[in-house]
Amino acid sequence: MTLNWFKFASPATFYPLAGRLTRPFWILTGVLLVIGLYWGFFQTADQLGGSNPQKEYYRIIFIHVPAAWMSMWLYIVLVFWAAIGLVFNTRLSFMMANAVAPTGAVFTFLALWTGAFWGRPSWGTYWDWDPRLTSELVLFFLYIGYMALHSAIDDTRRADRASALLALVGLVMVPVIYWSINCPDPTQCAALHQRSGLGKIESNILFSMLTMTLAFWMYSFATSFMRLRSIILTREAEASWVQELLNREHSR
Amino acid sequence: MSDFFSQGGYAFFVWGAYGMVVLVLVAEVLQLRLQHRTILARLGRLARLSQSSRPE
Repeated sequence: MTLNWFKFASPATFYPLAGRLTRPFWILTGVLLVIGLYWGFFQTADQLGGSNPQKEYYRIIFIHVPAAWMSMWLYIVLVFWAAIGLVFNTRLSFMMANAVAPTGAVFTFLALWTGAFWGRPSWGTYWDWDPRLTSELVLFFLYIGYMALHSAIDDTRRADRASALLALVGLVMVPVIYWSINCPDPTQCAALHQRSGLGKIESNILFSMLTMTLAFWMYSFATSFMRLRSIILTREAEASWVQELLNREHSR
Repeated sequence: MSDFFSQGGYAFFVWGAYGMVVLVLVAEVLQLRLQHRTILARLGRLARLSQSSRPE
């Protein structure tokens, strides 16, 4: 079977497709959220031992880490579509980048917020200019900057290209966040974020964390498709297929 | 049940974090639905306006 992918690069064909895809992504989000939250709150120990004992507040991990991962992943997705748009000059790719950005900003904010509420009981402070906190904050400003720059330029095509360029340059922040640990050996200094690996995490905690990550990911698909539909409608308002769609909606 | 809500005395931090996540995600979805409806209504009005002003 050959599938013509370029067919889907047209806003007119992607608009109904995005509409059909939204519901399955919402169902997946709901199911994964229930499993992830149930497992996180009822199948994990109340307290964690170790050199830095963690009480019940460690359960913030089930939203904090997924939100932080999504904040970085969605930025990569944003830059991917922005770059495709710059290279191939396809309208839909720029719209994709536009649709992903607010959800990315939301998850960046939530990573910072949940981190603050975890930091207060475990480190004694809501905020510190720790490298990872600082670089995540810069990522938040990059999302805001991308959206602000886009809305500041009236000509949509110029706005697309200028903000895509800004997004591309900002990509440097993602590896910076990933490697932003200023203390390789936590026995030698007080590290806020420590080097860790998935293998080091207790299996029930890991299961809930990964399930919540998938839930947030599916949520991102759903909201991005919803936003993409609005963006397509606004930008293609003059196109004949939109006019036909409006007539159908009205006569219904 | 009250054990669950008190989270070992860390209710403020646990629910403060989870509450903001719920609040922001729900607000985003509501905003998106409202935005879509507003756009459809506005474009629909414009389309009908241009149709009625067109000579038959």
